[in-house]
Amino acid sequence: MSEKTSDKKRVLIINRRAPYGRSNARDALDVTLTCGVFEMPVSLLFADDGVFQLLGQHNAADIGQKNLSANLAVLPMYDIEDLYVCADSLQQHGLNADELAHTVKTVQASDIQALMRDHDVVLTF
Amino acid sequence: MKFSIVVQAAPYSTQSAETAYRFANTLLQKGHELYRVFFYADGVHTGSALASPPQDEPDIPANWQTLATDHNLDLVVCIAAAVRRGVLDSNEANRYGKDGANLASGFELSGLGQLADAIAESDRVITFGA
Repeated sequence: MSEKTSDKKRVLIINRRAPYGRSNARDALDVTLTCGVFEMPVSLLFADDGVFQLLGQHNAADIGQKNLSANLAVLPMYDIEDLYVCADSLQQHGLNADELAHTVKTVQASDIQALMRDHDVVLTF
Repeated sequence: MKFSIVVQAAPYSTQSAETAYRFANTLLQKGHELYRVFFYADGVHTGSALASPPQDEPDIPANWQTLATDHNLDLVVCIAAAVRRGVLDSNEANRYGKDGANLASGFELSGLGQLADAIAESDRVITFGA
């Protein structure tokens, strides 16, 4: 596992819900940005229905929502660049990594334990 | 060990809301420290003073209040999640021109920075009701 470079807690945020049916995706994004403001290293894992958050071309305004994809796109400006997606979840939902609108690293389900171990705090949304 | 708890479940909608309270109660009985409870998303309804459950059901908001009094707990309700769902303290009621405030005593409205601080200060952060 990578060596800790600071005394800041390393936070892993797991996104398991589709982008608009519930508030989870937006709530997770707000926590992500807050941790970023506090200069905590934050990683995001998209798994289960959360993989749909990574698709582009949202027409969120049609259902009275704000565009979450546009918000995900600004994460690099907050130095949040460690985005992971579960390969098994992609396959189960009929998606390929090259269809995604964001730069993410693909991890096997069996690698997620190690990903969690590499972080101090795990928050699930 | 120093814990913080994140409650995302509305009371009476999912069992997680009751489980979160039981977990908090148990860890305190076992001698651990509870640094902060952060009520987020639908969990903000836990802070409503207007909740009126039937007498033969657990009074989840009141149970949290009692636990907070007994152990001097920090019960923080996310302000952004709360005001859009109609859980307001008197300051926010005035700000938005509403007739009444309903944040129960023992709870406080504050921002996500309180969650970031809890993450920084706690050995374990446990989420309920995601």
